[in-house]
This record gives sequence, structure tokens and C-alpha cells, in this order.
Amino acid sequence: MRIVVDSEKCEGHNRCYSIAPELFDVDDYGYATEANGGVVPEGMEDKARLAIDNCPEYAITIVEE
Amino acid sequence: MSDEVGVPSTPPVDDWASDYDIFDADYINDPYPIWADLRGECPVATTERWGGSFLPTRYEDVVEMARMVPSLSSADPIVVRPPDDQIDASGAYHTVNAPPISADPPVHTWSRRLILPAFSPKATAKHEPYTRELCNKLIDDFIETGQVDGAQDYAQQIPPRVIAHLLGVDEGKADEFTEWVRGVLEIGLSNPAVRQASREKIFGFFQQEVADRRVNPKDDLISELMAAEVDGEPISDNHIVGTCNLLLVAGIDTTWSSIGSALWHLAGHPDDRKRLVGDPSLIPNAVEELLRAYSPVTMARVVSEETEFKGCPMHVGDKVLMNFPGANRDPEMFDNPDVVDIERQQNRHVAFGVGIHRCAGSNLARMEMHVALEEFLARIPEFALAEGGEVTWAGGQVRGPRQLPIVF
Repeated sequence: MRIVVDSEKCEGHNRCYSIAPELFDVDDYGYATEANGGVVPEGMEDKARLAIDNCPEYAITIVEE
Repeated sequence: MSDEVGVPSTPPVDDWASDYDIFDADYINDPYPIWADLRGECPVATTERWGGSFLPTRYEDVVEMARMVPSLSSADPIVVRPPDDQIDASGAYHTVNAPPISADPPVHTWSRRLILPAFSPKATAKHEPYTRELCNKLIDDFIETGQVDGAQDYAQQIPPRVIAHLLGVDEGKADEFTEWVRGVLEIGLSNPAVRQASREKIFGFFQQEVADRRVNPKDDLISELMAAEVDGEPISDNHIVGTCNLLLVAGIDTTWSSIGSALWHLAGHPDDRKRLVGDPSLIPNAVEELLRAYSPVTMARVVSEETEFKGCPMHVGDKVLMNFPGANRDPEMFDNPDVVDIERQQNRHVAFGVGIHRCAGSNLARMEMHVALEEFLARIPEFALAEGGEVTWAGGQVRGPRQLPIVF
């Protein structure tokens, strides 16, 4: 699975980072980007989906299942 | 509303859609059925009370309005204006000076960037050991007695000290900070004299702190703000004092209310309490759900240019209440919104707002709630509301319990 964060949509709620710090990086201003080039390590797909389902900005999408 | 918080009694509300009153006792104590009725009948309510305002109740509408920048301005984010005859000649009710919350772009943009790094997840994590020790000291003081006022003796004690610690000011003044903040956000909402006196205390305090640091810079946030430059220019003392004012006011009442509401919920819902005691790894998810269900903060916008919302005209000067707490109970957005499900998996709550004014301190608030609940539950796994004890709530701009007798 591969995910991507739309930086135009991210408003820095950091819900993704608090759910799955392994999958996201957050800059000094609180804006998130996908970690590991967006590659979700095997076994972490559920956490990725949880992060997607809790983003108030709908800023995270799956680009490859 | 009781006299204690200084809100004068107002005529009872007959029609919430056209004459709502956010200081009505029913609204403060249990606003949820009122919002549910409005969503079905008139999703954007209006009132002439308290200077007049609009109240959206649906998630979709609240989120859309929060992003209507700059037509809905943040120049005056306080929820109510007092009646004209209460505005005194000294200008007690002049516009709040608390950037970035009271600013629109472009000032908002740079003043927010100034403070965001202090509130990133990594920066706020540095305050966790302090917060944990603080919570334990507070618990030490009452654990032998078998009872505590969860609002006054626990929840209220945490944020003023954490904010003082973060700003680099005397934590021993926590009780004064709390009094000043209540003077601005609770008592002062409808009492301009109290509000003005409290604002003067806050501004005076921070003016002195800034002056002290001109002589002796410290390793703290105020000194960092003083050393910062925007476009090669230093930040004015007035701006720094305004931002400190914001961090104090916004950092105390809000988080205290959230911690209090969470304890109130757990005191009345033993199943949820037992699940969290049995598996503390559920606490972070529970914190988000409690934030959704009992969101404390309603901010205001003011219409800055003639505009309309879904065909409804809004005129310059009209206030619009950012009803994030109501949005978070919208059944169109959340399954069974009135049920607190601490393992809720899909929860795009907007307790911290959305858009460019998303709460800058959200990571700090989240950390404080997490630690406060974790330590309380670890040391006091069994507790309940005191039988016959009275729970009281404050509301209006920030909703949360102010008296919360708990026994254990």
C-alpha cells in the first residue's frame, strides 16, 4: 500500500501523526507529509486506514492498494 | 446560569430558531437536544440577543463557514457583544488583541507561524514529563481523602501550570492566571468591568515579563518571540503581549474544560472507565472521542463584507458562531453522534476548529488530556459522582464543568 498527503489540504490537525507516527512526518509548523515515500509497511495497512478516516481535511489518500 | 459566573438572567427562550440564547441555563447544561431540533427545522439559527448572531448546527455548514476567509473575519472572536448600555466610556469592549486568533491574513499568517513551532507534536512532547509529575502531585494532595472536586482540584489546576511552564513565567501564579482567564472568558463575557480589569491584569503582567527579558533574556517562549523577526523587523512588544494573552487565555479555560468533561463522563460511565483502566492504550482514541462529544469551544466570526450563505444574506457586522461542538454531534457526519464510543474508528471531529484558525495548541491540549486521564485512572481506578453532589457547568464561549464532586 502507498499513501500520499495533500499538503494543500493539510491544516495541521496531526491526527494522522498521533495515530501512526511510523507513517507520517510532521514539520515544525505541524504540517504532515507521508514518511518512507508513502510506502506503508506490511501489517500497518489498518493504521493507515485509521489515519485516513480521522483526518478532518480528507488530506490523505491511498494511491496504490 | 448562576450568579457565580455573572451572567444576568435573560427572558426564557420560546423559539430557538429565531431567538436562541447561548447563556440560557438549558443551553449551558444540555445544548445537544437543542442543536438536534435545530438541525431538522432550521440548521442556521439566528438571534438578536447579545448583539445578534447566527448559529450553524450542521457539520457541513460549520466547516464551510470556518473557511469563509476573509468574508467571515476573526477581528472579534469573542462570542457575544454586551448590550450597548453596558459598553462603558473607557472602551472596555474594544476588539481583542490576541494575534493570531484575532487576526486575518496577512497578519494572521506570520503571527501564527511564529508560535506554531512551540506547539508541534515533538515540541509539546517535551512538556509531558512536567505534566505527568504535576498530575501526580495534585493527586497526592487528595488521594487519601476519598473525594475530590474533579473540576476545581484537578482539571483546573493542570493547564495554567503547563502554560506557565511553556511560556517561562512563575507557575506559582497559577491561581491568579485562572482568575484572570475566568474574568475574560466566563464572568467577563457579560460583565465589561470584570472583563476589562482582567485584561488589564493580563496585559500588565506580560508587559512586565517582556520588560524583564529585555534586561535578562531567558530560554523560554517569550524570549524566543522577542528575538524573532518578520521581514527583518523585530516584533512589537504590543504584539508579543497580545500573543502571550492569547496563549494564556486560550490555553487554560479550554483544556481545563475538556479534562473536566472527560472526568465527568468517566465518573458516570463505569463501563468506559473500566475499559480504559484495563487497557490504557485505548486512552488516545478515547481522548479524541471525548473531544468530539464534549467539545468545549465556540469561537465567533464577524461578517466583514456583504455575503450570503446558501441564499441567506449576512450583513457587515453580523456575528457567526463557529459551533464546532454542534458540528461534532451531527448525525449526517457521525453514526450515533450522541453515543460516546471510546473505540470509534471514524472520527473527523472539529473540536479544534478547521481552516486557518485551527487551534494552534491542539497537540498540547491532547497531551494534557491524555496524561491527566492516564495518571488519574492509574491511581484512582474506581470513582463515581458524589451522591447528592451538584455538578455545575459554564458555557457560552467555553463549555465545561466548574463543580464536579467525585468520590472514590
